[in-house]
Amino acid sequence: MSLWKSVLAAAVLALASGSSALAARTDLVLGMVLEPPHLDPTAGAAAAIREITYANVFQGLTHIGPNGEVLPDLAESWTISDDGKVYTFKLHTGVKFHDGTDFSADDVKFSLERAMAPDSQNAQKQLFAAIDKVEVVDPATVKVTLKHPQGSFLYDMGWGDAVIVSPKTAATNKEKPIGTGPFKFENWAKGSSVTLVKSDNYWGDPVSLDKAEFRFIPDAAAAVPAMLSGDVQAFPTFPPDAVSQIESDPQLKVVVGSTEGETILAMNNKKPPFDNLKVRQAVSYALDRKAIIDGASGGFGQPIGSHMSPSNKAYVDLTGKYPYDPAKAKELLKEAGLEKGFKTTLKLPPPSYARLGGEIIASELRDIGIDAEIIPVEWAQWLDQVFTKKDYDMTIVSHVEPNDIAIYSRPDYYFNYQNPEFNKVIEELNLTSDEAKRIDLLKQAQEILADDAVVGFLFELPKIGVWDAKLTGLWENSPIPANDLTQVKWND
Amino acid sequence: MTAYLLKRLVIAAITLVLASMVVFAVLQVVPGDPARLMLGMNASAEQVEMLRSQLGLNDPLVLRYLHWAIGLLHLDFGRSYTYSVPVLDLVRERIVVSLPLALIALALSTAIAIPVGLYSASRRGRAGDVIAMGVSQVGVAVPNFWFALLLIYLFAVWLRWVPAGGFAGWKAGAWPALKSLLLPAVALALPQAAILARVTRQALLEVLSEDYIRTARAKGMPYRAVLWRHALRNALIPVLTIMGLQFAFLLAGTVIIENVFYLPGLGRLVFQAITQRDLIVVESVVMLLVAAVIAVNLLVDLSYALVDPRLRSRE
Repeated sequence: MSLWKSVLAAAVLALASGSSALAARTDLVLGMVLEPPHLDPTAGAAAAIREITYANVFQGLTHIGPNGEVLPDLAESWTISDDGKVYTFKLHTGVKFHDGTDFSADDVKFSLERAMAPDSQNAQKQLFAAIDKVEVVDPATVKVTLKHPQGSFLYDMGWGDAVIVSPKTAATNKEKPIGTGPFKFENWAKGSSVTLVKSDNYWGDPVSLDKAEFRFIPDAAAAVPAMLSGDVQAFPTFPPDAVSQIESDPQLKVVVGSTEGETILAMNNKKPPFDNLKVRQAVSYALDRKAIIDGASGGFGQPIGSHMSPSNKAYVDLTGKYPYDPAKAKELLKEAGLEKGFKTTLKLPPPSYARLGGEIIASELRDIGIDAEIIPVEWAQWLDQVFTKKDYDMTIVSHVEPNDIAIYSRPDYYFNYQNPEFNKVIEELNLTSDEAKRIDLLKQAQEILADDAVVGFLFELPKIGVWDAKLTGLWENSPIPANDLTQVKWND
Repeated sequence: MTAYLLKRLVIAAITLVLASMVVFAVLQVVPGDPARLMLGMNASAEQVEMLRSQLGLNDPLVLRYLHWAIGLLHLDFGRSYTYSVPVLDLVRERIVVSLPLALIALALSTAIAIPVGLYSASRRGRAGDVIAMGVSQVGVAVPNFWFALLLIYLFAVWLRWVPAGGFAGWKAGAWPALKSLLLPAVALALPQAAILARVTRQALLEVLSEDYIRTARAKGMPYRAVLWRHALRNALIPVLTIMGLQFAFLLAGTVIIENVFYLPGLGRLVFQAITQRDLIVVESVVMLLVAAVIAVNLLVDLSYALVDPRLRSRE
């Protein structure tokens, strides 16, 4: 574009915005509890990275929508070979990165190969494990060949970890992320906020917001006045224990949605007495899920009976398998030869669902004779002791990755659970791309986990969003960690 | 005086070296692996191992200590594991918040405490003294974060005079930046002022019972002049000591206030680095703070010599 043309365009834009002086505002300040360590979703596990960059700065071949559906993104369409192994993606043309470089099939090849590489820092490397080769057919077509069919491949390519980056900027995305999305990175005041502004060379539908600032507010006590004073206009994941102080304000809206976070009471399946099915069943019968939800997350969140989100199409309600029944629990302990109960430990990571829920669960277990000593741990300690070294009896944690039931089939996972029958179902699931068949297999998998009482299934972590009543377009649910701002606007 | 200064400097240097060893050693025994923390629960053990060696976490302990300590001598504080930027850059961003905040809070606290202490001491046992000391007792007892929340609800939510928190940044201009430091400074200063006022009063009362004060009064010097010229000057040493300690606290010990006002200060940097096991940041920032505390103590020691001529001539 020539200089004159851009000046003209700017003038027209200025006129357009000037003529509607009473138009809705176009800036937004969002609150977040945690600050991301950096801003590259392809090189780190922190959810906060995706909560800023996903769909706003970076885009993938596909895109996960507000209700967990797979939508086209940089790939406008695709075809899958009959054997389910070859995916041919047709890419959008005229797409530019924020630094002005053109996007093409080469960038897709680069991004996927970078994620698969031996020295890759990608936190979800397993998503790319099935890829055999990536070929550039022409600048707008890319062909991905898999070693074996992977039923969830299109969904997997919608994760924040699978976004497309430019080879020119891949190494510096941590500090200055450059993507193809509708917003470009402007500034990161460490410890304070990250600011994004509308990208002027965006290829897709224009967005309403001109500027979005993500402000980091670690303390729930500070989040309340920040919302009440109007300094912050949206807090997409609000601390549950502080919601009651917000609800009475008519200018604010409290929206309770679901996440993909299965909150569980994990038990070390190899460590006595939890190696005994009867003991694990006894623990499951001892859990009063309603009381736990009331105490641990302010009454928000749906009870679960297996490892699946109630909003998932494949969900089966198995909460009736082990209803709250302390008498039955005691009976099972007796059958296991532990009539007098036993002493054990319960390690609790920092989130309030774990710390608060742990107190309630310990008291419920005491009712059936299990004396669980509470040990609070930091995240770093939890990852080290519980997750890596498997040095624990029981722990409470929320598994927030979407569709992650397959973790129970991993050979060395921290549950220490092994069931060949379950593994067979998961293997078959991986090779199946037929939707109905997949749902059927997922149902079987849920049943097996519930039968084995692998862990105590508690509740689905709620997503409690608070925002100005005049705002629309923010996600109610959280199928993946993201604050997609593309549809967000102010209404007067 | 030179010998006094030299001795102080040597002690300071030895303290720094010892502190660096303790800081390094303590962080080695803290459980938790920064690489696993960065990669999360889905990463494989091999991938974590790869990142560990990239970060240099697999090198022998002594080598890592020497590498770090020698770097410090060159003012090279290393690179943050999580942010992957030089630690010095992180510190620079934070110090422009923490230092002004500490200075404003200290100035406020001194401006309140010294007059109150003087007033109380001169009215010892009378109604004014009892009320002032009663209020200061409350000031000492009230937790500063609770007081901070009261201030936020009053001035930010109800009156909307100042933002509820956050830091506007100096680029936004001096006034917006100062405005965002105002409430935190008050919240920090008042409890400190309460302590300082009590110390000032106590020190003054001790001096006021000295013989030379009686002599000064006996020769007809007005009470007010005695208080200002003789008593306050002699009571300053304990007051300066407390102020030195308070400054060190205000510089880095304010993580709770920084959290309540979500300010990007040094305290929060260290706190975040600890939870993320960003060991190099913790080590380096703690060392900087140790150096700052030592420097402040040195200054306080030197200021003794300024207020007390006897200390100047002794050595």
